Amino acid sequence: MKFSEQWLREWVNPQLDSTALESLLSLAGLEVDDLTPAAGAFSGVVVGEIIQAEPHPNADKLQVCTVNNGQEQIQVVCGAPNARPSLKTAFAQVGAVLPGDFKIKKAKLRQVESFGMLSSEKELGISEENAGIMELAADAPVGTDLRDYLQLDDQIFDVDLTPNRADCLSLSGMAREVGVITRQDVQSPQVEEVEAQHDEIFPIQLDAPQACPRYLGRIIKGVNIQATTPLWMRERLRRSGIRSIDPVVDVTNYVMLELGQPMHAFDLAQLSDRIVVRYAEPGEQLTLLDDSTLTLARQDLVIADQNKALALAGIMGGQHSGCHLNTQDIFLEVAYFDPIAMAGRARAHGLHTDSSHRFERGVDFKLQHQAMARATALLLEIAGGQPGPINEAVSEGDLPTRTPVILRKDRLAQLLAVRLEDANVADILTRLGLIVTDKGDHWYAEVPSYRFDITLEVDLIEEVARIYGYDNLPVTAPRSEMRMQGQQESLRPLRRLREQLVANGYQEAVTYSFIDPKWSTLFDPEHPPIPLANPISTDLAVMRTSLLPGLVKALLHNQKRQQPRVRLFETGLRFIRDGEQTEQTPMLSVLASGNRLPESWHGEEAPVDFYDLKGDLESILEATGEVDRFSFETAEHPALHPGQSARILKDDQAVGWIGALHPALCQTLEIKGRPLVFEITLEAIQERQVTHFEAISKYPEMRRDLAVLVEASLPVAKLLDVVRQSTDETLVDLRLFDVYQGQGVPEGQKSLALGLTWQHPSRTLTDDEINAQVEAVVTSLQERFAATLRS
Amino acid sequence: MENLAPLVDQALVAIQQAKDASALDQIRVQYLGKKGELTQLLKGLGKLSPEERPQAGEAINQAKGKVQDALNTRKAALAEAALNAQLANERLDVTLPGRQQPIGGLHPVTRTIERIEEFFASIGFSVAEGPEIEDDYHNFEALNIPAHHPARAMHDTFYFDESTVLRTHTSPVQVRSMESQEPPIRIICPGRVYRCDSDMTHSPMFHQVEGLLVDQNISFADLKGILQQFLRVFFEDDVRVRFRPSYFPFTEPSIEVDIDRGDGKWLEILGCGMVHPRVFEMSGIDPEVYTGFAFGMGVERLAMLRYGVNDLRLFFDNDLKFLSQWR
Repeated sequence: MKFSEQWLREWVNPQLDSTALESLLSLAGLEVDDLTPAAGAFSGVVVGEIIQAEPHPNADKLQVCTVNNGQEQIQVVCGAPNARPSLKTAFAQVGAVLPGDFKIKKAKLRQVESFGMLSSEKELGISEENAGIMELAADAPVGTDLRDYLQLDDQIFDVDLTPNRADCLSLSGMAREVGVITRQDVQSPQVEEVEAQHDEIFPIQLDAPQACPRYLGRIIKGVNIQATTPLWMRERLRRSGIRSIDPVVDVTNYVMLELGQPMHAFDLAQLSDRIVVRYAEPGEQLTLLDDSTLTLARQDLVIADQNKALALAGIMGGQHSGCHLNTQDIFLEVAYFDPIAMAGRARAHGLHTDSSHRFERGVDFKLQHQAMARATALLLEIAGGQPGPINEAVSEGDLPTRTPVILRKDRLAQLLAVRLEDANVADILTRLGLIVTDKGDHWYAEVPSYRFDITLEVDLIEEVARIYGYDNLPVTAPRSEMRMQGQQESLRPLRRLREQLVANGYQEAVTYSFIDPKWSTLFDPEHPPIPLANPISTDLAVMRTSLLPGLVKALLHNQKRQQPRVRLFETGLRFIRDGEQTEQTPMLSVLASGNRLPESWHGEEAPVDFYDLKGDLESILEATGEVDRFSFETAEHPALHPGQSARILKDDQAVGWIGALHPALCQTLEIKGRPLVFEITLEAIQERQVTHFEAISKYPEMRRDLAVLVEASLPVAKLLDVVRQSTDETLVDLRLFDVYQGQGVPEGQKSLALGLTWQHPSRTLTDDEINAQVEAVVTSLQERFAATLRS
Repeated sequence: MENLAPLVDQALVAIQQAKDASALDQIRVQYLGKKGELTQLLKGLGKLSPEERPQAGEAINQAKGKVQDALNTRKAALAEAALNAQLANERLDVTLPGRQQPIGGLHPVTRTIERIEEFFASIGFSVAEGPEIEDDYHNFEALNIPAHHPARAMHDTFYFDESTVLRTHTSPVQVRSMESQEPPIRIICPGRVYRCDSDMTHSPMFHQVEGLLVDQNISFADLKGILQQFLRVFFEDDVRVRFRPSYFPFTEPSIEVDIDRGDGKWLEILGCGMVHPRVFEMSGIDPEVYTGFAFGMGVERLAMLRYGVNDLRLFFDNDLKFLSQWR
């Protein structure tokens, strides 16, 4: 809502400057977005009258004008096409300063002297209008300073109103609000009913009375639509951001700004038989004033005549029935449309108008007669015409009702933590337009028709708090029972996990949850992603089924910026559709690319490999205290190298993947090097074992080392499992300390060196016992894998 | 006995000339061993008269002691020299950099969320989380935003279908908590939220932390108190805080909070309000018994102000030169 400060001050004039007023409005919940001067900074410009305009002797497009500045006649050369005798215009005299510190001096244009400049609105910073010099009213007093005449020493307030404050979408509402905040009385302009000068009416039929319970129409005959809208009205419209069109449109817009009631004028000659307010027929067509043609739906409310839809009710008029240059008789419409019926209709057609903005939020349903009277009076004054009687169609039962609201004094005091003076509360509510009765422990408040947002006690509490000032209300700290937060020890906090990754050299990334569908297919063709109905762009169009595409995209971003080593992780949801359900599973994804360590003097440079990343993963698994529940199984994944990828299992349930990115994928995406990645469900790694203490044995450990030859293709994990099964619980450590293929080992075989350590909790183990277990291991390995002992 | 003194001198010279521990050991055997030259002298005492014996015995023992001391001294000197040689040999350039896996870091959004969580955990709030693909009911309806409410235009919503959206705020988590929990409720809901809007100051995905406190006798003054405290601990500064009326369908009264960090400019920092009675009713909480407040803040906005970041988009580029600034 944009409006002129001067206009506001005609209604209510607190002793505050513009900035103080701005701050007060903002602190009352009417946020002032902008406060700008109504015109550029200029001086020395007066109302001048062109007495004479002769062609310039040396230039076709220039004229030599004689201008009266109220004291003398001055010669001015002017290039504006509209410079003509008897025109009153803006005359910047020698010595004037225009916006941009442009000083007007005596000049010579094509050998003719010029003393000053006739100015356009743009040159004075009033508007963008630059087609010609300003055209002032015929009665403009010659010689008067233009700033005084146009009252340009004004500020334009632009208030960003919240959707609940429809009542402030007008000067009258804004003035009421200022009156309440500053405790000033508000003067509203007198509006008197205009006598009918003939008795013609146009019939009105309400076919959708719930959506339109009140409709007023009036015929005004013989309107001079070519009359000029007076400057003061054009200026006020301009300062509210509305362009002047013709007197009829200007007056309806003016009344909308002044009172908050949108109106519409039809060309009477285009209407047939009667006005029908009805819902549209599905598929019905309507061409609007902006030339767009809409196909209507059943929920669209239209103003129609006997034959066809004329206007989209409360949103925009139709082209066919609108006023034109030749219009003589008009039919003026003032209606009340129900906000619920209006809700979303403009948006459904991609429209948003001053009218729809107001009707959607709620227009005062008692305002229609006043608006009709005001518009008629203004129109008659400007464009003449003979008004007929007002024809009102109303469905009283469908008009909104206002239920009185009770405000308990104790509740108010409790919620605001302060007991305000009764008189103060009553004054605030009364100034807001409520009719308040003090009933001892509560107030009984009747709500005015312009407030659509006051239905509950708490709404009144808000009004009182708002006007009293949020900043003036007390500040306390809540008091509450002290209560400890439990914390599941069996759940490793996410932040510990993150800290571990950070300590291992990984940088946390945050990537978008929606990705490019092409990437989704590249990384995870098996899970069709969930598409957004209205994505912001095609490369952010589907929900991720994995966090890896995001990390790889971040990798590429950094590789393109000469980062040779990239180690990233991210935690977040992946989204997988499972029939009707959407699984939103928290995941951890990790990526490492480049060298194991940064380039340095020690020369230990080698690219990070599968076992580096697996080691980092294993240290996370170790932290669960239940590393034995996890295993890795050789498996292929479309995005991973088929020979360097594994499915991660927990208790034989798949919980994630680890591997090198597939070389073909790296080539497609132009990734340098061979990044390693893993992804695992957070649930699998956040669960942990709560420690149950085991006594520490005082007896010595015994170690035996074994070297065995097995098939080169045998997965070591299988062999280690058999070793564990062949020993008893006194085996406390089993490690693989060498894997060797080459000289001394037969082709197709590998040598594995195992270190086995035993310890008994309560006695010293004997050599015989250990030998028996070693024997059992060797036998099992021979039987299961044809392993041979290496001497 | 007359050759005792030359013998000692001879031993001392040999000790002094010994180059290492084994040479010293040879000398020890030569003079002090069982068949050593000084030991032999001691054995020859029997040939002396009983009057001479004590005196001669003492002289020999003194000589042995002298040789032993010299041996010990030389041994220690040799050990010290050896150690010194080793130390000199093992000298490093300690100014060379170490062999390190350089530490990573948390994303500034995570860091900011963790700080906020800690502040609220310290006064008894717990963290609640919820789905990001959310149903229309929890994202809008249950928050007093019915279909076609003008407030929906304030949320540029991503849709999947008519009844499924990407959550536009973390408020649905609050609704779910109120549905499943009895008051008192003290929760904080961090997470990703989505709005269909992208430019210099808007990202289609960003993070919010919302909070909710529901109990008996919770007042507007409590809300002011908590947020004022929060902003001061967050910025570690005595920031000026201003409370301004606003409008959210799920709170009444609704408030926007501005801060001034000393330059006289008010910056909008968060939205909050007293929970709307209809929201309570829809979640099965009696608004006559309980009152409460809710607040919500944009994490990136807070992080930008805290750390002086000037471009929102940096948070999602994941440029290491940006991320590595938070260590």
